Amino acid sequence: MTKLKTQSLHKRESELAKANKQVEYLSNGIFADGELPTFAKKIKETSQFPLKPKKLEILQINVGYMCNQVCEHCHVDAGPDRKEIMTRETMTQCLEVIKNTGAHTLDLTGGAPEMNPDFRWFVEEASKAGIKDFIVRSNLTIIVANKKYHDLPEFFKKHNVHVVSSMPHWTKGKTDKQRGDGVFDASIEALKMLNDVGYGKPGSDLKLDLVYNPSGAFLPGDQEGLEKDFKKVLSEEFDIQFHNLFAITNLPISRFLDYLIASDNYEDYMYSLVEAFNPSAVSNVMCTNTLSVSWDGWLYDCDFNQMLELKVASKVKHISEYNEAILNDRNIIISQHCYGCTAGAGSSCQGAVA
Amino acid sequence: MSYYDPKDLRKFGNITDWSEELGTKFFDYYGKVFEEGALSAREKSLIALAVAHTEMCPYCIDAYTKDGLQRGITKEEMMEAVHVGAAIKSGASLVHGVMMMNKVNKLDG
Repeated sequence: MTKLKTQSLHKRESELAKANKQVEYLSNGIFADGELPTFAKKIKETSQFPLKPKKLEILQINVGYMCNQVCEHCHVDAGPDRKEIMTRETMTQCLEVIKNTGAHTLDLTGGAPEMNPDFRWFVEEASKAGIKDFIVRSNLTIIVANKKYHDLPEFFKKHNVHVVSSMPHWTKGKTDKQRGDGVFDASIEALKMLNDVGYGKPGSDLKLDLVYNPSGAFLPGDQEGLEKDFKKVLSEEFDIQFHNLFAITNLPISRFLDYLIASDNYEDYMYSLVEAFNPSAVSNVMCTNTLSVSWDGWLYDCDFNQMLELKVASKVKHISEYNEAILNDRNIIISQHCYGCTAGAGSSCQGAVA
Repeated sequence: MSYYDPKDLRKFGNITDWSEELGTKFFDYYGKVFEEGALSAREKSLIALAVAHTEMCPYCIDAYTKDGLQRGITKEEMMEAVHVGAAIKSGASLVHGVMMMNKVNKLDG
């Protein structure tokens, strides 16, 4: 049985639950007094300002912030107490876009997307659109949380869904510390269920990838090295197989920002991000090929900008008025959190980019 | 106020300001040492952590604890590495006891 770690910032009525307070915090202090360069200043140095989109490849849809977990570092501030859920009406608007988009990847995220009551209907309808890569970001524990979710591996298989799941470490202690007591054991059980229907096997078309994000105030190490370690331990100790590991940097927003401030790590962490700035990661950063749709249909440059309520700088701002050509002509909205995607080998929902 | 300021570690690169050639050579060498080789970068990180403790260098301890976490090295592995350093350090003291024994045997044997 998994035990929840905490409540969402929203439930706790924390100041940092407000997006504008987060943006304000990231613009003040060391960035306001010039101790560290703002992200805009930094990318001006390499003539990469303003950041512009390239060809749209990934449409990422957040179907709601409700989740069965309350992970310590969640950038969505997701949890069971979040009631923001995409309606079937908005899903229908999304489906129109999915049928006509030039994007090759559809990426469903949350919260736990499976908790949306219309999730299965949406997957069934979206899978008819012939999108090349159809991703569902599953937190794993949802599969074993309740009997009604036990058949999810079969359901994913039926619709040829590419499963991408979070796994912060191959040890129980580190995983449970970040994601709640019992999460590691439940995740292992769910991974076995996915393996049992064919997910993650070498050569299998049923893709199962894991996402690693650090459990504390440090950056992820080399993705390839981490993947090797994950594969070794998960295979030897649990007989579990998966395809790729995506190493993702924690961005200093929402609950992770709250954690950085509370643990007196904020300044050091921002220094680490700025020092690790990699100009070649900027040209491949995910907002240049992704559009993010929120539960209520608004459009954002990425899931992080969605959480900071920074809507796209375009006259088209909502899925109901979607126009790919107009959207592709926008400037991407940036702030200091963007350093998280350009540090070291870069970071995106698909892992390293440089 | 300690003589050591954790923020000084951020200024380590400034060493090149007053002797660019030597500073640059040092950092090139340093970077090369920690690349994957006959030993993995992960193994080198643990060696560095152990030596950081025997040298009692606060900057190095900060740096290689963080480096270890980034590489997914567990706290149990890190503590074992520190014990390796401590064992060599205490062994190095204790093995000199043989000199004391030699002297006692010579003078009073």
